[in-house]
Amino acid sequence: MASILRFRKLCILVPVKCSPVSYESHDAPEAEKKEDSPISAVEQVSEKPQVKKNKRQPKQWRCIDKCCWIIGYICTTWWLILFSFNCLTANLPGLKVPEPPGARLRREGLTALHPVVLVPGIVTGGLELWEGKPCSEGLFRKRLWGGNFAEIFKRPLCLLEHLSLDNETGLDPPGIRVRAVAGLVAADYFAPGYFVWANLIENLAKIGYEGKNMYMAAYDWRLSFQNTEIRDQTLSILKSQIELMYLTNGRKKVVVVPHSMGVIYFLHFLKWVEAPPPMGGGGGPDWCNKHVKAIMNIGPAFLGVPKAVGSLLSAESKDVAFLRAMAPGLFSSKTLGLQTLEHAMRVGRTWDSVISLLPKGGETIWGNLDWSPEEGHVCDSLKKRQLQASASDDKGNNSDSRRAFHVKELTKYGRIVSFGKNASELPSSQFSPLVFKVVSGSSTNSASVSCGKVWTEYNEMSHDSIRRVAENKAYTAETVMDLLRLVAPKLMQRAEAQFSHGIAEDLDDPKYNHYKYWSNPLETKLPNAPDMEIYCLYGAGLPTERSYVYKLTPSDRCKSIPFQIDGSADGSNSCLKGGVYFGDGDESVPVISGGFMCAKGWRGRTRFNPSGIATYIREYHHKAPTSLLEGRGLESGSHVAIMGNVAFIEDVLRVAAGASGAGLGGDKVYSDIMRMSERIDIRL
Amino acid sequence: MSFLRRRKPPENQKPTHPQPEPELEEEDNKKKELTPNKKIPKKAEERVKWSCLDNCCWFVGCVCTVWWGLLFLYNAMPASIPQFVSEAITGPWPDPPGVKLHKEGLKAKHPVVFVPGIVTGGLELWEGHQCAEGLFRKRLWGGTFGEVYKRPLCWVEHMSLNNETGLDPPGIRVRPVPGLVAADYFVPGYFVWAVLIANLARIGYEEKTMHMAAYDWRISFQNTEVRDQTLSRIKSNIELMVATNGGKKAVVVPHSMGALYFLHFMKWVEAPAPMGGGGGPDWCAKHIKAVMNIGGPFLGVPKSVSGLFSAEARDIAVARAIAPGALDKDLFHIQTLQYIMKMTRTWDSTMSMIPKGGDTIWGGLDWSPEEGYRPSKRKKHRSNAADCSADNENVSTESKARNIVNYGRIISFGKDVAEAHSSEIKKIDFRDAVKGSNTANNTCRDVWTEYHDMGLVGIKAVAEYKVYTAGEVVDLLNFVAPKMMARGNAHFSYGIADDLDDPKYAHYKYWSNPLETKLPNAPEMEIYSMYGVGIPTERAYVYRQSPSSECYIPFQIDTSADEDDKDKCLKDGVFTVDGDETVPALSAGYMCAKGWRGKTRFNPSGIKTYVREYDHAPPSNLLLEGRGTESGAHVDIMGNFALIEDIIRVAAGATGEELGGDQVYSDIFKWSEKIKLPL
Repeated sequence: MASILRFRKLCILVPVKCSPVSYESHDAPEAEKKEDSPISAVEQVSEKPQVKKNKRQPKQWRCIDKCCWIIGYICTTWWLILFSFNCLTANLPGLKVPEPPGARLRREGLTALHPVVLVPGIVTGGLELWEGKPCSEGLFRKRLWGGNFAEIFKRPLCLLEHLSLDNETGLDPPGIRVRAVAGLVAADYFAPGYFVWANLIENLAKIGYEGKNMYMAAYDWRLSFQNTEIRDQTLSILKSQIELMYLTNGRKKVVVVPHSMGVIYFLHFLKWVEAPPPMGGGGGPDWCNKHVKAIMNIGPAFLGVPKAVGSLLSAESKDVAFLRAMAPGLFSSKTLGLQTLEHAMRVGRTWDSVISLLPKGGETIWGNLDWSPEEGHVCDSLKKRQLQASASDDKGNNSDSRRAFHVKELTKYGRIVSFGKNASELPSSQFSPLVFKVVSGSSTNSASVSCGKVWTEYNEMSHDSIRRVAENKAYTAETVMDLLRLVAPKLMQRAEAQFSHGIAEDLDDPKYNHYKYWSNPLETKLPNAPDMEIYCLYGAGLPTERSYVYKLTPSDRCKSIPFQIDGSADGSNSCLKGGVYFGDGDESVPVISGGFMCAKGWRGRTRFNPSGIATYIREYHHKAPTSLLEGRGLESGSHVAIMGNVAFIEDVLRVAAGASGAGLGGDKVYSDIMRMSERIDIRL
Repeated sequence: MSFLRRRKPPENQKPTHPQPEPELEEEDNKKKELTPNKKIPKKAEERVKWSCLDNCCWFVGCVCTVWWGLLFLYNAMPASIPQFVSEAITGPWPDPPGVKLHKEGLKAKHPVVFVPGIVTGGLELWEGHQCAEGLFRKRLWGGTFGEVYKRPLCWVEHMSLNNETGLDPPGIRVRPVPGLVAADYFVPGYFVWAVLIANLARIGYEEKTMHMAAYDWRISFQNTEVRDQTLSRIKSNIELMVATNGGKKAVVVPHSMGALYFLHFMKWVEAPAPMGGGGGPDWCAKHIKAVMNIGGPFLGVPKSVSGLFSAEARDIAVARAIAPGALDKDLFHIQTLQYIMKMTRTWDSTMSMIPKGGDTIWGGLDWSPEEGYRPSKRKKHRSNAADCSADNENVSTESKARNIVNYGRIISFGKDVAEAHSSEIKKIDFRDAVKGSNTANNTCRDVWTEYHDMGLVGIKAVAEYKVYTAGEVVDLLNFVAPKMMARGNAHFSYGIADDLDDPKYAHYKYWSNPLETKLPNAPEMEIYSMYGVGIPTERAYVYRQSPSSECYIPFQIDTSADEDDKDKCLKDGVFTVDGDETVPALSAGYMCAKGWRGKTRFNPSGIKTYVREYDHAPPSNLLLEGRGTESGAHVDIMGNFALIEDIIRVAAGATGEELGGDQVYSDIFKWSEKIKLPL
């Protein structure tokens, strides 16, 4: 408030102030003349210094001086406020931050028991430069990603060049080595003040954790999972660290806390570590059972996220996400001369890891043209329930009436990409069968030359084929893969050697020993570890991107991305907003992706979970922070801010201190995940 | 409204021309009709005030703007300008060794492990008392040291260890910073390992092939394992790096106290499980290619004696150089040194560097291995010779007989005693002296050092013994600080083994003393001693009793003791000798020059040893070269291009022979000959 007031005063003052001064400075010589004549010589002598002063002072206070004055004034008050803020916050009783859960649990008597391994997700881990082109001089071992991103503003093209990977191999381009930052600092804060793991680390420390029993499994999140092992031996290092912590902490098994993409990374690790040496880590078939007590997946993207489709297709999704929120200038089209999105797409497309987040399980999981597991999801009710703020058990009663009301306009979430709002609502019978004919049209597209350095695979597509893509109108999770294969053949070719997105028919088929299946929970068996526990911890109650309405980009000068989300498509039903259909989730990961495996796919003894590992779902209902002082909220359910959620931290701490899932209270569910899972017809 | 007033033109305008004033007033009134009339008379007063405040603001604004302007220019300036300027002045810079060797075609081969020394590793807070709030995972040691100034007492409290156990005090957990950041820079701009890391990166090293074995340098070596499992961690990391790099053995680069720590590690890793790491008798042979000790104080440093005795040594050194204010006496009301002493005496590791080997190594009352050392002899080829330079070689040989410096007397009370012949010194044994209780005790509040238990009698007894050699210094410390030494004696030993096969030497307290352990059975391993020479290094001290006061350290270095004859190297109460400013050449080089050379009883498998000395040359241009590329100083040597080149070559696969074997500037071999140690 004070600052606003001050500002207003300044605004009023500037004109008032400037006019008299200029007036007076004009006036000054006149005044001197007047004085000169009537005053005696004696008086003149005594008067002279004063006259001089008169002369000088009005001159001093010119416009520059005013500016200086204002700046000085602002600075001084700013420092004063800062100073008093620093002095006061600690003492003011009203501003006391509520006691962190760690301190409370410590009084309960919890102490560090099991070593903890943290596995960060995509985007949140820092990357630093080890070898670069001349343009990156002076950045050796400085963060290119994470930290304050200062360099991105200073030399954007240079940075993008260094963050890209090789288009063919998905590894380092020649002469560039960018590596993951190691240690807890890798992902405690993403940018200064924007915590990721810091809160959890601090609370763990309160009950006695420290460097020797807490490990951040930082990896280069741009690479495909197996490549992190090939290039950096990250998986081997993780294995060795877990073994070391297991041994040095009195043979206590570790609790693993992966976040977001880290979840599937760790799934990959679980398979890798038990696989025989050339491809795997050679830990033997009981490694997991021996070393891992529990996996507490936070915001797990087990079955992928629809956002990944948007980002691959048009670099527009909000996934690479809070990056956009953090540095809005980065994507505003002006910084890089109107081609920001293209640049971002070009860089993003060299990152194999993005492919790991494409929706898995095809139509069985995500729904087809007419059907989706979430259908009947009522977007308004999110808000309603938020107000009630209770874990209402009366869902059943409400839903009857709701269903009756909404039957007419069931949102067709199954159509992950549809061209035009109409296409997203039409009954399926009106679509022609999908036929892709790749018309390789590098010759027809003459505009590509003028586009300079910005090259995406779209330049190789002819207008014809682009139009044909759009004519096919609507794509489901399965056909979207075909679409991507069409528009980005090289990318998909590279990536599909690393990842797979299907559902296994027969898990004993020897082909599933290949590492590309390891990160897909629908194509791997969990390890044989009956003592292990798997948790799915995620936020719910936030609108989450689920499917998109696209349109063709109007002009095609150098705008080489021919599609974009149709921001004008708004639905009467609030699920459609700005061209995006929203479902329930944590803002990034839909509930279905986060919870299905724990709710159904792995529950009990299934073919995906032959040893019957216990699974628990813990949902955290999102509540916006009540006051600014809470920062990003103590009860947030959003994808990253959930790491500051008090209930969540408490759960992790309890498990780390030895509790079991049953001891936590088993499942805790707010969303419709159980019902959605029922609707998914998958052989278990 | 008051703001409005302030902005108005200076007050002295008013009487001279009343005309504009009413207008202004009108304007004012128009704008703010609420302005009451009575404010007009007030105006005169207010105007007198504002000009000062205004000027201040104006000044601040100016400074800020100029500052920002410069900052902007500085940032906008292309990075190559300073280099361009300096090249214009001094000619083209030599390629950093990493670039040079990269051009030669060297590539990363063996994984590299760094073992930092004392003081240089960062420490961060994991749990603290109320006063340390907000410092969670912030550096208490290293970094900016901002907290030292902000809350000094709190800082001292957190940096101290428990007086009894040498471990954490209750409720405080301060832990080493892990990773390469632990010791790349000690404080911003003051590199330790950063230059070496940057050069290794040039030939392809990165995090997976480089490991910083950061440990808590305050606690005794075995305790790092007990508390943090640091030794296990190093073992596991070396094993991992060897495994993931295709079985290439590791090159270990310890610095300073890290050399002792790694010696301890090598014994620990092969010792059987309860006390050791259980790696088996060939662990070192299988995992280590070379140990390249930089400035390793194998036989201890005399500095640590004065540090423990009176907290005065320059060892904690770097800290003092960087933050002179921290030791400044006013900060804690004249008790700074006591606080420092109280804190450092809880650090067991300082005791690992007490001179080892007693009189046999360091010399007795009348002889010392370095006797006859003339800085001028060695220095004559250098125009910019260091402090102890003299040009008259002839004189020195004549006066040799009467002017030999008794380096063996590590502590002497009074300059005359330091020079007198041993038969002239009357010694009264202090060991049996009764310690009186000091009644002034409680006035010293929490600044408590063990000196307060000694009483005047004890202090007098210490002073009357006059002269202490290396062997007696240990007794002396046992006398003045019995509790500390009791803790230290459980972890370190300072003697020479008669029979290395004696089963008692299996105890860990002997592991860090090269004179009481055998090297591991690893005939293919290589051990390098790399250290700087050509800088006067503390070797012996002249002490005096300090003028008594209530809470005081009863002894201090007699800084008035100076010698005109520069060849004797007595300055400010300190006898100096050749070395790297901290570690005398004897301590760093003896083991590799003689103790371990060939198959000796300390080195039964005949591990090859190499002495690589680096002659100190101060930077020719302070501004641009920083701390120099040919420095031989204890820490600055890590930026010495020749040393970096040696390390890179070894890391890329070269052997000691290929480097050129020994490279010696000092008299280390001559001195080693004088030491009569059965091998």
